[in-house]
Amino acid sequence: MSLAERLADVTGPYFGEFGGRFVPEALIAALDELETEYAKAAGDPAFGAELARLHREYTGRPSPLTEVPRFAAHATGDGAPGSVRVLLKREDLNHTGSHKINNVLGQALLVKRMGKRRVIAETGAGQHGVATATAAALMDLECVIYMGEEDTRRQALNVARMRLLGAEVVPVTAGTRTLKDAINEALRDWVTNVEHTHYVLGTVTGPHPFPEMVRQFHRIIGEEARGQVLERTGRLPDAVAACVGGGSNALGIFNAFLDDEGVALYGFEAGGEGVESGRHAARFSGGSPGVLHGARSYLLQDDDGQTRPSHSVSAGLDYPSVGPAHSWLHDLGRAEYEPVTDDEAMEAFRLLCRTEGIIPAIESAHALAGALKLGRRAVAEARTGPDGAPYTVLVNLSGRGDKDVATAARWFGLLDDGVAAQELEKMEGRG
Amino acid sequence: MVSTSAPAAEPGRATDVAPRSGDLIARLRDEENRPALVGYLPVGFPDVERSVEALLTLTDNGVDVIELGIPYSDPVMDGLVVQEAAQVALDGGVRVTHVFEAVRRIREHAPHVAVLVMTYWNPVLRYGVRDFATDLAAAGGSGLITPDLIPDEAGDWIAASDELGLDRVFLVAPSSTPDRLALTARASRGFVYAASLMGVTGVRAKVGDRAERLVTDTRAAGAEHVCVGIGVSTGAQAAEVGRWADGVIVGSALVRRLLGDDPWEERLRNLAEVTRDLASGVRSARAAHGAH
Repeated sequence: MSLAERLADVTGPYFGEFGGRFVPEALIAALDELETEYAKAAGDPAFGAELARLHREYTGRPSPLTEVPRFAAHATGDGAPGSVRVLLKREDLNHTGSHKINNVLGQALLVKRMGKRRVIAETGAGQHGVATATAAALMDLECVIYMGEEDTRRQALNVARMRLLGAEVVPVTAGTRTLKDAINEALRDWVTNVEHTHYVLGTVTGPHPFPEMVRQFHRIIGEEARGQVLERTGRLPDAVAACVGGGSNALGIFNAFLDDEGVALYGFEAGGEGVESGRHAARFSGGSPGVLHGARSYLLQDDDGQTRPSHSVSAGLDYPSVGPAHSWLHDLGRAEYEPVTDDEAMEAFRLLCRTEGIIPAIESAHALAGALKLGRRAVAEARTGPDGAPYTVLVNLSGRGDKDVATAARWFGLLDDGVAAQELEKMEGRG
Repeated sequence: MVSTSAPAAEPGRATDVAPRSGDLIARLRDEENRPALVGYLPVGFPDVERSVEALLTLTDNGVDVIELGIPYSDPVMDGLVVQEAAQVALDGGVRVTHVFEAVRRIREHAPHVAVLVMTYWNPVLRYGVRDFATDLAAAGGSGLITPDLIPDEAGDWIAASDELGLDRVFLVAPSSTPDRLALTARASRGFVYAASLMGVTGVRAKVGDRAERLVTDTRAAGAEHVCVGIGVSTGAQAAEVGRWADGVIVGSALVRRLLGDDPWEERLRNLAEVTRDLASGVRSARAAHGAH
């Protein structure tokens, strides 16, 4: 990359020393084809116009910006409002309930251009699987979703949604039975069926060109939000907060602010039961650089380079590696990455429900918990915006929490009625 | 390929130095008019000691080149049979360093056999590419087969293997373009591994015509030796493939004999039997057809 380049425009295959293509040769032709087709599409006004039309008429973009003052008051310690402002970018209001649709619609249009007829995808929480199944239904593509068996239990409702949309959902029983193993199985499928199948990778990981291309499809989040915050507050935010699993929602919102020096960027990883417990998905505080699923990036691994299992209450953050662009931003010092524990995330989850009437995805609740920390830190250090303006945090609310109601009900012990508890167990496939 | 025609023993190298797989394949072709039989097993399945017993069973029953697998947590190029064995090995506590011990014991037992280590790339990265290459060479290993490393990403490994005289076996696939076949042939030393059927490893009923086309195309792109893997499970198939390939690679069909609940001695007998069948397959491949 050239020194004069804006950070927001850096392209693959490498982000600093991260990224690349550590995949079987069998996939190289398909990755080259994808890269070429994506480059052609990116320069084709008709492609841009069709994607913009889908964003507007199908997804419901632009997604709104919502200020949440009753939630923000909890960042100030004594509850005094005003010194911290929290603004939510409402990706949860997109069709299918998360940011994932942005990427999926872009890739589905590419699939049509490449003349392929079958798509496969991995999914953790089920949000990317639902989005892919949705786009496949819309564009008449055969669709197979790989999902770890453990996640099919945690997210039973999303399994049903995908099947309603006509997708085949394959529970993966290998390894840890979570997102990592779903990706392994999707890669095996792709190696076998690469001639007529496209792998709709759901995040900014994987071999080049996925990390760059998926970021491009999500950069609209940050571009919209930047304009909305400027319009609402008259200035840029002091901090941007997002949760980081693979890292697509975070990179999507960060990208528009990468070259704004005054805007601090914070990615919140799943701290699980605490980094010291060993049961977490905190790649930056508990991992080291290595190769998984086609890219060199920070990775949870043991001394032999075997992938260590990750853990999180949130299926969507339960992944042992992270997009290579995040590793690059981490090592550059442009973004900071901190763990948020299951407990902290669930507390923020409940708080947003109770103070603002918004049920967030548990993934996004990690960003909310992070925003509370940032606000408290600013208050403690008496930091403000320019001219004493309130310290302003922009949070990417990447998904809605309907899929997480069962998990939350159990976490908080909300079902004292035995029959309701049984129904819940049944719904989760444990009955 | 660059150096397959180099002399077997370079000046200053010990005579018991590990055989170069390319030299071995050339000798079998020139002196015995037959392809090499390449047999895969993972180290540590069902435990390190018994995996060495199984590997020695291969060399005792006609395997020319051992492809010794390092079990890995995320084996995207392997089918269910190899995955299951690798998981058992990992659960049993196999470590990367066990592979050097296994190489040493195979070479002591069968000095004529070339041992290539098959590994996904992250365990080597974690160990250190240069350190791994040094320890492999010291153990008597001939080189590496790298299913998820393409030459484009292999700078460190190419430098280390050049320095230590190790073989580096990269893969080609039916989807590889002529440019990539040429690039891979140039970067490989020993042989090029043709993944004959599109897909992951596993026993298949039939080996397709595409494999022969891929071997032809890979030779045309500059490869001196091309061995074919993924799909062969019987002596008859080995004979069919061996008519036009420089080596026949067998993996899942061997591993499958070691899975299950039969007594270990019984499993070893089954392994010996299928190995002899495959060995007789490669020995009959060209008998009725003359040299290719």
